[in-house]
Amino acid sequence: MSAPAKLPRWAELGLLPLLNLLAALVLSGVVVKILGESPWVAGQLMLRGALGSQEGIGYTLYYATNFMFTGLAVAVAYHAGLFNIGGEGQAYIGGLGSGLVALWLGHLPFFVVGPCAVFAGAAFGAAWALVPAWLQARRGSHIVITTIMFNFIAASLMTYLLVNVLIKPGQQSPETREFGAGAFMPSASDVFAKLGVTLAPSPLNLAFFLALGAAALVWMLVWRTRWGYALRVVGQNQDAAVYAGISPPRVIVQAMLLSGALAGCLGLNELLGAQHRILIDFPGGAGFVGIAVALMGRNHPFGIFLAAVLFGALAQGGSQLAFDLPKINRDMVVVIQGLVILFCGALENVFRAPLAAVFGLKGAK
Amino acid sequence: METYTLIVLTLAATIRVATPLLLAALAGLFSERSGVVDLGLEGKMLGAAFAAAAVSAATGSAWAGLGAGIATAVLLALLLAFATVTHRGNQVVAAMAVNIMVAGLGPTLALAWFNIGGQTPQLDQPAQRFLAIVWPGSATAREVPFPGLLYAELLSGHNLLVYLAAALVPLSAWVLFRTRFGLRLRAVGENPLAVDTAGISVTGLRYQAVLISGVLCGVAGTYLSIAASAGFTRDMTAGKGYLALAALIFGKWRPYPTLGACLLFAFTDALASRLQGVALPLVGVIPVQFILALPYVLTVLLLAGFVGKAVAPRAIGVPYAKEN
Amino acid sequence: MSGQPGSATAPGRNFAAAPGGGRTPSVPALELRGIDKRFGAVHANRTISLSVARGSIHGLIGENGAGKSTLMNIVYGFHRADTGAILVHGAPVDIHSPQEAIAAGIGMVHQHFMLVENFTVLENVVLGVEGGPILARGLAQARGALQKLAQDYGLDVPLDTVVSELPVGLQQRVEILKALYRRAEILILDEPTAVLTPQEADQLFQMLRRLRDEGKSVVLVTHKLREIMAITDRVTVMRQGAVVGEVATAATAPRELAEKMVGRAVLLRVEKGLARPGEVLLGVRDLEVRDRLGVARVKGVSFDLRAGEIVGIAGVSGNGQSELLETLAGIRAPTRGAITLGGRDVVREGLGPHERRSLGLAHVPEDRLRLGVVPSFSAADNAILGYHDRAVYQRGLRLDQRAIQAECEKKMSGHDVRPAQPQLRIAAFSGGNQQKLVLAREIDVDPRVLLIGQPTRGVDIGAIEFIHQKLIALRDAGKALLIVSVELDEILGLADRILVMNAGEIVGEIARADATEEKLGLMMAGVKGEGHA
Repeated sequence: MSAPAKLPRWAELGLLPLLNLLAALVLSGVVVKILGESPWVAGQLMLRGALGSQEGIGYTLYYATNFMFTGLAVAVAYHAGLFNIGGEGQAYIGGLGSGLVALWLGHLPFFVVGPCAVFAGAAFGAAWALVPAWLQARRGSHIVITTIMFNFIAASLMTYLLVNVLIKPGQQSPETREFGAGAFMPSASDVFAKLGVTLAPSPLNLAFFLALGAAALVWMLVWRTRWGYALRVVGQNQDAAVYAGISPPRVIVQAMLLSGALAGCLGLNELLGAQHRILIDFPGGAGFVGIAVALMGRNHPFGIFLAAVLFGALAQGGSQLAFDLPKINRDMVVVIQGLVILFCGALENVFRAPLAAVFGLKGAK
Repeated sequence: METYTLIVLTLAATIRVATPLLLAALAGLFSERSGVVDLGLEGKMLGAAFAAAAVSAATGSAWAGLGAGIATAVLLALLLAFATVTHRGNQVVAAMAVNIMVAGLGPTLALAWFNIGGQTPQLDQPAQRFLAIVWPGSATAREVPFPGLLYAELLSGHNLLVYLAAALVPLSAWVLFRTRFGLRLRAVGENPLAVDTAGISVTGLRYQAVLISGVLCGVAGTYLSIAASAGFTRDMTAGKGYLALAALIFGKWRPYPTLGACLLFAFTDALASRLQGVALPLVGVIPVQFILALPYVLTVLLLAGFVGKAVAPRAIGVPYAKEN
Repeated sequence: MSGQPGSATAPGRNFAAAPGGGRTPSVPALELRGIDKRFGAVHANRTISLSVARGSIHGLIGENGAGKSTLMNIVYGFHRADTGAILVHGAPVDIHSPQEAIAAGIGMVHQHFMLVENFTVLENVVLGVEGGPILARGLAQARGALQKLAQDYGLDVPLDTVVSELPVGLQQRVEILKALYRRAEILILDEPTAVLTPQEADQLFQMLRRLRDEGKSVVLVTHKLREIMAITDRVTVMRQGAVVGEVATAATAPRELAEKMVGRAVLLRVEKGLARPGEVLLGVRDLEVRDRLGVARVKGVSFDLRAGEIVGIAGVSGNGQSELLETLAGIRAPTRGAITLGGRDVVREGLGPHERRSLGLAHVPEDRLRLGVVPSFSAADNAILGYHDRAVYQRGLRLDQRAIQAECEKKMSGHDVRPAQPQLRIAAFSGGNQQKLVLAREIDVDPRVLLIGQPTRGVDIGAIEFIHQKLIALRDAGKALLIVSVELDEILGLADRILVMNAGEIVGEIARADATEEKLGLMMAGVKGEGHA
């Protein structure tokens, strides 16, 4: 068997992911068929649900915001040669940081609370990434395993805090009281209303623009600065980094801090933007979807934006599906996510060889 | 006397909790020893749990359920092998994909087929489940204070799969260290190129290892849904696959130490339920979440080299490509 | 090194004693007919035909990238030829995998050993031929057979030792034992002496002769003319994927072979004047370096490096030269000792690679692809590796892409790097062009001290001349050069003074004028100083 073939750039970045996506959707259609519904109807429902109305688009972008934060987190770590699958835990703890600020300072105006919440979310997320980062950098502990462990530790910690400490007194479900109004992330419809544009109400909020800003910042940092250069050298060839006078442990820790900080910003969208309280398991798997988003987006901020919107559309379209079709519940979204990750991530090479054959290229070394 | 009974009962609970962990950890042992990271334990177990419960509910036979559980986990293992061995996809990503897909697929199919939310019907016929096997003389032995209780509660009274899991430990050790297959398996996890030049198929070996992992995960999942409980519920593995992986690392990829790690982790679990809300002298009430997080913390400490040192198979996680 | 056989088929061999005794000596043991292989755009093997006589040692020589390894990997079933046939003892065989090669009686000792490091010797040998599903019985049988083989061929290896604990010379024996245990009649060795001292190499050759006299056939793949002349009966020369000549070794001479390899007349020696050493620019005192396991790799090394001289460090690879070089460059930390650079003790001050560069130290690393470049980066990005912090490449907070591009273009034209495309991935350049770019990067900053590891490893002969001339020009310009090379020829050709390392120590120093290959060889084997030989 030959090594993965090289494809033209447009095929590598455009056609191949599209083919993989198509395969995942076809298989999802098969599952829908097995469930006894029509794949066509389901597809139309999803499309309409996700993109057919202002409200749907709002929801799609709101979900996409979460995925952008976690996707960027995975990408930054990836460029340093690290596989951060701890986005879930970092988002959870980061959200705790933002949430605590919101609970504490919610009576103040947003221009005070907002920046504090951003800072706290990033700081808490970064802190949660610090230990696995340090262990990888200094003791060589495999970061895939340690970040998984930290996801579970985060879950235990948050359950404890929400059940025993932060819970609103006299309440059954483990969640905090509602934040003060000053801690509400301004919603898109409110912001646009001020500009004289009316948007249908949706949870889409200012955090979406923060995520866009974060994407631009990541691009700038990774591809246009000395630090990014050092980051990529470490990611591609640690020995060469040492040779060049770059300290891999330092870069690894810095990259993971940034990665954790990005994941930690998820709470800005989910908690300050939508839920307005801290509740159990609010990241809801976004940390893992971030892996898929980064993979599909080829670890490039623009690609991540596109992939995040795609997964946002899947999430929103899937809810519509569960609402309209009795035999399908929200879990179907999870199935589709899994299939997309499978085809776009793990099976990405399957179509490569046939595609290369189409282009008349041989499996070059 | 009271304390003694409590200890024996806690240990018996430990064995019951340890069984699926052990089965999954042994599954991971074969896969990882061959150089394939097995983060997919969770998904394979969950898939098997669903299939076993669904088929058992439909056919009324626990054995059919076991067969379905194994078949499902093996199919998922084949999918993983196809992605990671044949097409050299990223092993971590493939496993995450399967875990996520299965987490959605189980409840989805359960809803479509049984229409009672995301779960399977309650299995109320004895034939639908693997029930406790009571060893002869347990009832009378229980009256004998010391060894009797041990016999009746700790040795007797578990279901078939528990005993199977226990027997699999020495068997795995034997296969791994005393047979040709084991030698080749360990070799391919260390240096696949050496195996290839010795004229042995790397792909073939890794497929075999991944399939064994599938079979064992099948048993583990079946245990969860039709032995330890009476049906499939959403996300019923609840991270046990990852915990098993932690146990495997804690056991340094060796069968007996892995058994020890599974028992230790299971003991913390059994202890957590005993200690729920109980005030201990000096420390007071220990939050149950802290005890439950203990295995993960311990594993991190081990990986950090603060508690011994875990050296993974050298070629783990690296897809094998002939041209380097 | 004596007793070169005069012809391809030395007389007096007992063919009846060998298995399959019915075969006649006229049928070649291994014959390749029209083997052709492409990897994408690279035509690695061009209709190659080759014939290895039974009971002979056949040399296969060529430059790096001439296609020798590809050809042998086809014979061993690692690659498949696009066209062509392989015949073993006159019968065509279909070899798709090593398994079929082994079945056809072909064994191969790869340049990088194919051993499972945490297995014992015995386990490594039986891997793949365990003799049954249960190990114990097979291992016991193998033990007996191996003890006999060890006796027959002088291949003593401790069977129950874990391979990683064996020195490389013994690991190589394990590889040979593996092949013999599988009843190989044709043994291919790919660059087997790279890890051996000249004396160890002679031992290996003795053993190969013994194998030949038993009627086995040996293919020796090498790029060292000395070895071809010393041991082979016939030699095939390859250049750019094609066979350019096949001759009886006795009927040829090194210069003729070298010209065939390169395709034109070559300078085997670089012209240079006498060195005029000046002040000490790099001082090393009592340097000790330990590896991660705490084993001392460099033991109490002291020397001075002066302006205007080239000091060569000779030694069999793995005797501490790499560690020494990396320690001087700041990549490793010594456990003891001092390094003085530009009047400062860089060890005591804890200065890393970055600070040492600012003190005028440049480093062309031994293992280019591991240390010297980032293979997935463009040439332009590689041309600033180690210097990316310099002010000329900055524009505010950002890197100045235009300056980086321009700098790379300048280096490419100044050092004849081809193709002159800064945005091309460095991995797409040939080894020689990569090395020229690395060299350009390190000398363009006008350093005072240059550390150069394996200046021409993986570099074609044309580029070797270019690089050697550059190095001598640098010396004449008053730079201090420290060169580590496992190629004795290169050391002898470039150095003004030679330090020999063995087991982490400098076992002797010798002026170029007094150095011969034999003297150096003895010193490399650990015989200290001069006169003890």
